[in-house]
Amino acid sequence: MAGAYPWLEEIRLKRMVVSDESLEIIAKSFKNFKVLVLSSCEGFTTEGLAAIAANCRNLRELDLRESEVEDLSGRWLSDFPDSYTSLESLNISCLGNEVNLLALERLVSRCPNLKTLRLNRAVPLDRLPNLLRGAPQLAELGTGAYTSEMRPDVFSNLAEAFAGCKQLKTLSGFWDALPSYLPAVYPICSQLTSLNLSYATVQSPDLIKLVSLCEKLQKLWVLDYIEDDGLEILAASCKDLRELRVFPSDPFGLEPNVALTEQGLVSVSEGCPKLQSVLYFCRQMSNAALNTIARNRPNMTRFRLCIIEPRSPDYLTLQPLDDGFGAIVEHCKDLRRLSLSGLLTDRVFEYIGTYGKKLEMLSVAFAGDSDLGLHHVLSGCDNLRKLEIRDCPFGDKALLANAAKLETMRSLWMSSCSVSFGACKVLGQKMPRLNVEVMDESGPPDSRPESSPVEKLYVYRTVAGPRLDMPGFVWTMDDDSALRIS
Amino acid sequence: MSTPLEHDYIGLAEKPSPSSDEHGKTFKETELRLGLPGSESPERKPLSGVSLSLFGKHNNNNNVKSHHHVHVAGAKRGFSDAIDAKWGFSVSVTDTHVSEPDLGKASALLGRGNVGKLPLEPKTISTQQGNTLNTPASASQALKEIKPLQEKNPQVPATNEHAAAPAAKAQVVGWPPIRSFRKNTMASNLTKNNNEAEGKPGFGCLYVKVSMDGAPYLRKVDLKTYSNYKELSSALEKMFSCFTIGQCNSPGLPGKDGLSESSLRDLLHGSEYVLTYEDKDGDWMLVGDVPWEMFTDSCMRLRIMKGSEAIGLAPRAVEKSKSQN
Repeated sequence: MAGAYPWLEEIRLKRMVVSDESLEIIAKSFKNFKVLVLSSCEGFTTEGLAAIAANCRNLRELDLRESEVEDLSGRWLSDFPDSYTSLESLNISCLGNEVNLLALERLVSRCPNLKTLRLNRAVPLDRLPNLLRGAPQLAELGTGAYTSEMRPDVFSNLAEAFAGCKQLKTLSGFWDALPSYLPAVYPICSQLTSLNLSYATVQSPDLIKLVSLCEKLQKLWVLDYIEDDGLEILAASCKDLRELRVFPSDPFGLEPNVALTEQGLVSVSEGCPKLQSVLYFCRQMSNAALNTIARNRPNMTRFRLCIIEPRSPDYLTLQPLDDGFGAIVEHCKDLRRLSLSGLLTDRVFEYIGTYGKKLEMLSVAFAGDSDLGLHHVLSGCDNLRKLEIRDCPFGDKALLANAAKLETMRSLWMSSCSVSFGACKVLGQKMPRLNVEVMDESGPPDSRPESSPVEKLYVYRTVAGPRLDMPGFVWTMDDDSALRIS
Repeated sequence: MSTPLEHDYIGLAEKPSPSSDEHGKTFKETELRLGLPGSESPERKPLSGVSLSLFGKHNNNNNVKSHHHVHVAGAKRGFSDAIDAKWGFSVSVTDTHVSEPDLGKASALLGRGNVGKLPLEPKTISTQQGNTLNTPASASQALKEIKPLQEKNPQVPATNEHAAAPAAKAQVVGWPPIRSFRKNTMASNLTKNNNEAEGKPGFGCLYVKVSMDGAPYLRKVDLKTYSNYKELSSALEKMFSCFTIGQCNSPGLPGKDGLSESSLRDLLHGSEYVLTYEDKDGDWMLVGDVPWEMFTDSCMRLRIMKGSEAIGLAPRAVEKSKSQN
C-alpha cells in the first residue's frame, strides 16, 4: 500500500492486529499522513506510537480508542518534535501508563487547533487544570482519573480551568470519580451536549445534581447507578436528549444492586421527545413498558435492550416479550438497529419481518423456537445489512432457503445455533460470491458428521474471494475444495 | 432436506415421523407464502395479543409450531445428549472473562460485546429438567412451572440446567455483551472500590501513599508486591531509612532479613515511630492487628507516625509491645 498510494492521508482500522512495523511503515511512507484511528486494535506497543509521533509532521488526529496497546513507557509522547503543532485530536484513553506529563502539557499548549483531547486514567486530576489552560479552545475532553485528595485549592483550580473552556461541549473519562469533585464541572454544564459518565462509579444523588444542570444535553452515557429516580430527573431536565446508554455496574452479579428497572427507560421515553437511540441494560422488562416506550417514541431509530438474565419473561405476566418488541418495530417505523433480549418466541421474528422494513442491523440471543424465526427475518426485512445471532435454534432450512438474501447483506454471524456443517458446505458451494467461514475450535469440521452443528458461522459477501490469512480454526467453505484451510 | 439432526432436534419425543413430515410441510408452506407473513397463511393467527394462540392447546394441525415447542423440551434434551455422547463436548460454561481471539469479527451482540470462545456452548436449549424456561410455555401450566423454577434457581440461566454444569454460579460466556475494554476497566474499578486504595490506577496493583512524619516527601508502595507484614516493613524501612538513621537504636534495626511484626514495632518503638494506616472508614489504625489480606483490603494509606503524636492510638500499642518484649 505504501508503494501504491504515497499520498495516503487517513487510515482507520477496527478490530485489527496492527504491528509496530506497520506503524513504522505508516510513519515513514506517507508524507502527508493526517489521521490514524485504531479502534479496538491490538498488537502494537508504544514504540510504534513513537514512530508515528516522530515522523508524521502533518498528523492531525491520533485516536487509539479502546485498543490494547502494550505500554512500554510514556516516553513516546515526547517524540513529537517541538516544531509539531498540527494536532487536532488525541485519544490515548486506553493507555495504561503515565505519559510524560510535561511533554503532554507542552504539546497541548502549542497546538492551537486541538479540539479533542482524551486522556488516560494515569493523568492525575491535579494536572488537568494546566492542560485545560493550555487549550481553552477544546471542544471535547476526556479526563484522566477524576480523583484526588480533597483540597480546596485543587478544586478551585479545576473549576476555574473548566470555566475557561467556553467551547467545551463533550466530557468523558471520569474514572474513579470522586463525587466531591463533580461540582468542578458545574460552570460548563449548561453548554454540554455530550456526557459520558459510564466509568464514573458515583451514586444517583451526585449523578442527578450533575445531569440536571445539563439542559442542552443530547447524549448521555451513564452507569445504572443513576437508577429510575435519576432517569426521571433526566427526563425532566434534558429535553434535547437524543441518545441514552445505561451500562450495568455489576453485570455478572446475581442480584440487582441498584434500583434501576424498566421504569427509568419509560420515564425518559415520556419526557424526552427527541430520544432516538437507546442502549439499556436492566434486569426486568414488561410488554407493557415496551409498548409504552414504542408509543411514546415512534421516532426511535436505534433500540438495544439487554435484559441481563437470558430468556427473562415479562416479569409481570411471565409471558414472552414478543408483543413488546413487536410494538417497538410496529410503531418505530424508522427503526434501523434493534437488539433483542428476554424470553422470545418465533412470534417476535414474525413481527420483525412484518414491520421492520427499515431495519439494518439486528442482534439476537437466546431467542426463537425454530427456523421459522430466522426465516421471518431474512425474508421480511428488506433493508437488513447485518444480522448477528447466538444461541438460537435456527438451522439449515432457513439459511439455505434465504441464501440469496445473504448476498444483499453485509454479514451474517451465527454462533451456537443449529446450522450443520453440511449446510455450510452447500452454502459455500452454491454461493461463490459469499465467503462462508466456519469457526470451530474443536477441530476440522470434516472430522465430524455433516449433520453436526458448527460452533460459529460467518457469512459475508466478497469480490475478493476467500481470505488466505485465517487462523487454524477458521475454514472457508467453497466450491474448489470442500474445505480450504489457509 | 430433513437431516437427521433436525429430525432429532425438532420432532423427537412424541411423534417422530409425522412431525418431521409436518415440519417439512410447514416449511414448504412457509416458502410458498412469501409475502407478508401474517397474511393468508392458515397457521398464522392474526397477531393478537394472546401469545398463547400460536402454540396453545393443539387444536388444529396447523400448530406444527406448537409441536415444535412441545417437543422441543424432549427433543432438545435428546439433541444435547447426543452431542455429548458423540463428541464429548464439555457443556459446562466457563468463566465469562475468557478473552476471545481476534477473529476479525469478534463482535457479538448488544453493544458489541464478546463472543464466547467455548466450543459449543451448552446449546442453552439443553436441560435435564423439562426446560420450561426455554419454551414459551405451551400452556399456562408450563407457565406456572416457570415460576417455581425461577424461584428455585432464580439466578441460573438455562445453560446451567444441564447436569454437567455447576449449579448457579456458572455464567454464560460472552453474556451480557459488554466490551472487554469496559469489563477490564470496571473490574479494576471494583477492585479499587473494595480495596478503597487511592493511588495509581492500574489493573492489579494497589498503590498507597506512605508518609512519614518529618520527612519532606511521601512515597508510594504497591501493596500487592508484598505478601505479609514482614515484607512490607522491610520495604518501608529501606525506603525511609534515610530519615531514621541516627534515631534508631533498636537492636532489631540492621537485620534486613525478617522483621517480624513485633520487631517492626520495636524498630518504630525504638525510633519513636509507629506505623499506622487509614482504613476504609477513615480511621487511623495500627498496622499489624489484622490478617494481611484484610489489611490490604482496607488500607487506604500508610503513615509512619511519631510516637509522640500518636497519643490516642499508639500508647496502648506502644505499651503492648513494651510488655510483649
